[in-house]
Amino acid sequence: MAKSPSRPKDGSIKAPAEESHAARPVSEARALAICVHHGNRPDELLEILHALQHELGHIPETTLPVIANALNLSRAEVYGVLTFYHEFHRAPVGRHVIKICRAEACQSMGTDALCNHAEHKLSTKIGETSSDGKFTIEAVYCLGNCALSPAVMIGENLYGKVDAKRFDEIVGSLDKETVQ
Amino acid sequence: MITVYVPRDAAALSVGADEVAAAIATEAVKQKKDVKIVRNGSRGMLFLEPLVEVETPNGRIAYGPVSPSDVADLFKANFLEGGAHKHYRGATKEIPYFKMQERLTFARCGITDPLSIEDYRKHGGFDGLLKAIAMKPIDIVTEVTASGLRGRGGAGFPTGIKWKTVHDLAADQKYVACNADEGDSGTFADRMLMEGDPFCLIEGMTIAAIAGGATKGYIYVRSEYPHAINALKEAIEIAKKANFLGTNIQGSGYSFDLFVRRGAGAYICGEETSMLESIEGKRGLVRYKPPIPAIEGLFGKPTIINNVMSFAAVPIIIAKGGEFYKNYGVGRSRGTLAFQLAGNIKQGGLVEKAFGVTTRELIEKWGGGTASGRPVRAVQVGGPLGAYLTVEKLDVPMDYEEFVKIDAMVGHGGLVVFDDTVDMAKMARFAMEFCAIESCGKCTPCRIGSQRGVEVIDKIIAGTDRTKNLELLEDLCVTMTDGSLCAMGGLTPMPVMSALKGFPDDFHRAPKQPVAEAAE
Repeated sequence: MAKSPSRPKDGSIKAPAEESHAARPVSEARALAICVHHGNRPDELLEILHALQHELGHIPETTLPVIANALNLSRAEVYGVLTFYHEFHRAPVGRHVIKICRAEACQSMGTDALCNHAEHKLSTKIGETSSDGKFTIEAVYCLGNCALSPAVMIGENLYGKVDAKRFDEIVGSLDKETVQ
Repeated sequence: MITVYVPRDAAALSVGADEVAAAIATEAVKQKKDVKIVRNGSRGMLFLEPLVEVETPNGRIAYGPVSPSDVADLFKANFLEGGAHKHYRGATKEIPYFKMQERLTFARCGITDPLSIEDYRKHGGFDGLLKAIAMKPIDIVTEVTASGLRGRGGAGFPTGIKWKTVHDLAADQKYVACNADEGDSGTFADRMLMEGDPFCLIEGMTIAAIAGGATKGYIYVRSEYPHAINALKEAIEIAKKANFLGTNIQGSGYSFDLFVRRGAGAYICGEETSMLESIEGKRGLVRYKPPIPAIEGLFGKPTIINNVMSFAAVPIIIAKGGEFYKNYGVGRSRGTLAFQLAGNIKQGGLVEKAFGVTTRELIEKWGGGTASGRPVRAVQVGGPLGAYLTVEKLDVPMDYEEFVKIDAMVGHGGLVVFDDTVDMAKMARFAMEFCAIESCGKCTPCRIGSQRGVEVIDKIIAGTDRTKNLELLEDLCVTMTDGSLCAMGGLTPMPVMSALKGFPDDFHRAPKQPVAEAAE
């Protein structure tokens, strides 16, 4: 990975306010550049947040006033949007975010067991990050792969018919990538 | 040179289509075979993915499901000339699953290269648009009205009436907005079309723009669909270059600019007014209606909003006439619907069929029963807000009105099948939990009601004061149905009540507990 988000060694999720000072100017400069790239248009706010999260792994609290100022919005408005959408992270996450579908179709094919397996395998909970900072597990509701349930998405890669064995294989290959 | 098709559809990719395509390319080089690999959309037979097809003098021959380790073997079996192999499925168009369908909207999906505009034209693409350019806008509206097309997103509102409202208004700017926030579990038709035939959606939206007098359009795609987003963005650029989008389309004087907007994981943004807020860069809070979006929609301007499937049905309606489309279907449900067989089903996939087909036919004739081999116990039709049908109700024809009569809805045509191991009390609880997670929070019945719903169902499951709590749950459902601002809170009671009425035993499993014990 070109740019991994700053992450405490124990993998715990820090409150956004505790963001290290050294990271601030970079994040803020990037936020500003992305806003400019999107013409500083307030209707592009979601696209801006997506782009920023893509680069930094999350949306640091310090970028909110920068974005608000660039788009001529209040900070509260930007904060409101950021917190409304499940996809945006306000704190650093693991290097790989594993999204497991928990919607009805995947439930009918045993996603509950898969979730238990994933939590056990990665020694973490859904919504949390593994202690080595490699993996975050998230529950999502439908990945549009309902004929090949249970479905998992990691980054932009979609996986179908994921049972415990396949899950281990996928995680194993990601782990190898991370080491390299 | 031999053409081999390996789908680029996300579902196919999820079971290794990229790896299969790479293996075929490598093996072809090794064996000095001149092979051209086309990454097509999916045929919809998702249980056969990755479905590899070979162009032969006898038509396209299918092999599936193919894994990368099968590839060397396929070459050995001479699959490039249609040779026999354990994954041999014969001519693709003769596979019963495919042959028994009535493909209008998905006529090209899986057949063409999704990003080849020449391929699209060769298969009747842009016939509708070229015809629409020569028509008066009001005649386009009339044709769509005559087709009987109703909103495919789930609500089933007549598309022509929406268009007429926008057509009749005078405004300095009008918009077309496509709802591609396909968040319902058990649905993937929008995704398949956007990835497998994106020009079809672009064409349908452009026709809508001409009919309504709009010059700008947005496609709001959920962020869980990166492949669809990329396909659409590429297709838009290609269409622009070929002058099927942009300024003065094909010399007609009409101009239409189209943009893709990405959601961010909020189910509620599939509600049309919430989607508008989201496109405007705001929190996806549902708007009060009236004013309806046709009058005051995106950025306060008249807006035609339709689902992907509605727009994608338009090109063929205009090309072949409203009457042609109307000849499919039953009652007031005209045309075809892309049914999606999902969940615990042996042969999951997309089945485009005229209205009137029954749930049982879809599950048995196409689906081949459950994946687990156990008996079907419940089928949820129409997404997370749709009813759970008992097996006794599976013979009701797919028809908007017939489904209302049994307290259910056809919705987007998604079917999620459950076998006899399902715990319906748990599914009812999940419906409330899902609503609590995804509620936009604007209205109380939805925001608080869903939370209370989870708690009440928990008490019922635990056997705490069950009779009173069942009464309370029914009362809560009435409040949510009548008092919610949109379909999220308004329809969550549908799966809950259908589970309660259809599968009462599941709610009475635990021994009864006295009230005092529960209070501890």
